[in-house]
Amino acid sequence: MNSLEHAGVDVMFGIPGGAILPAYDPIFDSKIRHILVRHEQGAGHAATGYAQATGKVGVCIATSGPGATNLVTPLADAQMDSVPIVAITGQVPGPAIGTDAFQEADIRGITMPITKHNYLITDPDQIPAAISEAFHIASTGRPGPVLVDIAKDALQKMTSFAWPKQRELAGYRLQLDPEVGAINDAARLIAQSQKPVFYVGGGVIKANAAKELFRLAELVGAPVVTTLMARGAFPDSHPLHLGMPGMHGTVAAVTALQKADLLITLGARFDDRVTGKLSTFAVNARVIHADIDPAEIGKNRFADVALIGDLKRTMASLVPALEKEFTKSKPDLTLWWKQMGGLRSTYPLGYDHPADGLSPQYVIERIGAISGPDSIYCAGVGQHQMWASQFIKYEKPRTWLNSGGLGTMGYAVPAAMGAKVGAPDTSVWAIDGDGCFQMTNQELVTCAINKIPIKVAVINNESLGMVRQWQTLFYSSRYSNTDLHSKRIPDFVKLADAMGCIGLRCESREEVDATINKAMEINDAPVVIDFSVNRDAMVWPMVAAGTSNDEIMIAREMAPDWGSQEL
Amino acid sequence: MALHTLAVLVENSPGVLARVASLFSRRGYNIDSLAVGPTEDPKISRMTIVLNLEGHALDQVSAQLFKLINVIGIQEMKPAESYERELLLVKVGSNGPALDEVARRYGARVVDKSDNSVVVELVAESDEISALLSDLAPFGVKELVQSGAIALERGVKTLSDRVREEQGLSNPDEGNVAESATADYQN
Repeated sequence: MNSLEHAGVDVMFGIPGGAILPAYDPIFDSKIRHILVRHEQGAGHAATGYAQATGKVGVCIATSGPGATNLVTPLADAQMDSVPIVAITGQVPGPAIGTDAFQEADIRGITMPITKHNYLITDPDQIPAAISEAFHIASTGRPGPVLVDIAKDALQKMTSFAWPKQRELAGYRLQLDPEVGAINDAARLIAQSQKPVFYVGGGVIKANAAKELFRLAELVGAPVVTTLMARGAFPDSHPLHLGMPGMHGTVAAVTALQKADLLITLGARFDDRVTGKLSTFAVNARVIHADIDPAEIGKNRFADVALIGDLKRTMASLVPALEKEFTKSKPDLTLWWKQMGGLRSTYPLGYDHPADGLSPQYVIERIGAISGPDSIYCAGVGQHQMWASQFIKYEKPRTWLNSGGLGTMGYAVPAAMGAKVGAPDTSVWAIDGDGCFQMTNQELVTCAINKIPIKVAVINNESLGMVRQWQTLFYSSRYSNTDLHSKRIPDFVKLADAMGCIGLRCESREEVDATINKAMEINDAPVVIDFSVNRDAMVWPMVAAGTSNDEIMIAREMAPDWGSQEL
Repeated sequence: MALHTLAVLVENSPGVLARVASLFSRRGYNIDSLAVGPTEDPKISRMTIVLNLEGHALDQVSAQLFKLINVIGIQEMKPAESYERELLLVKVGSNGPALDEVARRYGARVVDKSDNSVVVELVAESDEISALLSDLAPFGVKELVQSGAIALERGVKTLSDRVREEQGLSNPDEGNVAESATADYQN
């Protein structure tokens, strides 16, 4: 506990148990706020939500065995999305390790491939160094989860506390500034490009570099696309913004990447959901790849120029280098903008209002419009997540939290709880699906008891909507096991009530604004709104998995009309 | 595809081998051989990993390995610039001057002899070991055990020198920088 206080922890999420009890006793007297969750997975996602909303390290704590294994999903989630969290777990006493003792699980072994680093500590004198290193590793470089597993007897033994003055991490080296030569090469490529695009990933948000991006983008004047993890890194209202690329990206954003002659890649990792079929992705583009993690360079796509370093510093040094290049020559992007601007106005995101039932896109769009760009929006995984990334307008970093890499259903409610704890004066919405919501809604009890008034919008289409959409499109509408019947069971309003929340129901377009406004007025309890929506709504545009981005569809069997436009 | 040898300096701490093995398994890299042992510094172990890979994939393996916190330094041991050796112990089911002659030709030692078997030891490069094995085949190979390759760079330079240089050059005041970066995160 002393170590955690030294590391600057102000809040942590967890559940006690036998092996971690010695660490829980001092929590009673500590200034650190501990939030007792209902399931360790909730603690892990809450730590992630807290970290994503605040930029600080999120902390979760659990006991050995099942307590620790319940953290596996959130750790894998944080690893995929590069979120700085530290997990503290109790372990059976040192002499019992390896004997299949009660509640023993080799959590260090289990989490090796899904953490940035992890520790098993059996010597009490090593606890301060391990905690100090864990926070350092989690929060620097490419952020990520670090697990510290501590044997019960190490937690119990009396020892003198000494916070390490410096860390001994011979193998942990950070390159913060890219090489000057590479910066100049990048500037030269940008100055020569006729069709550049800023391909912006979540790294820009992690590096707190939105301001630097803004300056750089305005200097170059090139189109900007923000990936699912980067929504909010660049204002949606900005004229340079073409929206989100990828499987459910806008036609303009997908096509801009596809037809570019230069990708200025900033903290993005050429994920398959963005590139589509890799061999056909942006075939004519040269690539500038800026990332803090050298292993991302050339992992999926060859980089012509690698800028390894902190993005804030990278972009800050790109600006003067570019200003110098631009005095020699600045390319005319008028034609490129004519093409991309044309696509943006011809193919905006849109949806239909169904004859029966509520349009889910409309609900989400209205939440975004009413709650506004200062609110934080968390999503689960599936159709509602894609609609929330498409139809809410993000203007600021750290206002859009979701599980992008791992795609963890059930992320939204606990992440929103964590975000609200980190940003108590901000309205925090969990936009959730009825499938996702049923995976982790028990944390609403935690929210109700601990006065964490989040707002949950259950976009209830009584099915596993995204899977159902794939069944509609690729499995001849054979809806095998995607019908959840959740308009019948459970009754989400009663469930909310039972968990100490305010439950609201909304079934028609006319009620949408009034219901959202009512939720906005409640700030002393969590609110759950059951939006009963039409189940046949689909997420468009779409690039089917494994196909080329060139085959983007704006609706079922409907490709954009490329006309005679030579891109 | 071609064989590449990586020399990897790692912290001598529990779980390091599992971390490396887990990385190779997870990312689908095939290890041809792996040898681990102590170094001149008791806090550091050295792994020699032989991989069957293309050039580009090798860079990716190195980069991913280097991300492991316990990995201190990596260097490819290029054939022209390094010595590489493997150890073979082979039990052959016959005895006699013909066998002794084969062993002598390869500079192998006969380390154990009984009526119907001998144990032959050879320290050599991989190709030579394969050649000896095929020459021993007619005598009847009953059992064999082979170490992974180990390799050392020729000349005066050492891998730990290089690591020290890299650390010095890339981040003269790394401690301070890292410290302030953490502080930022907690504010």
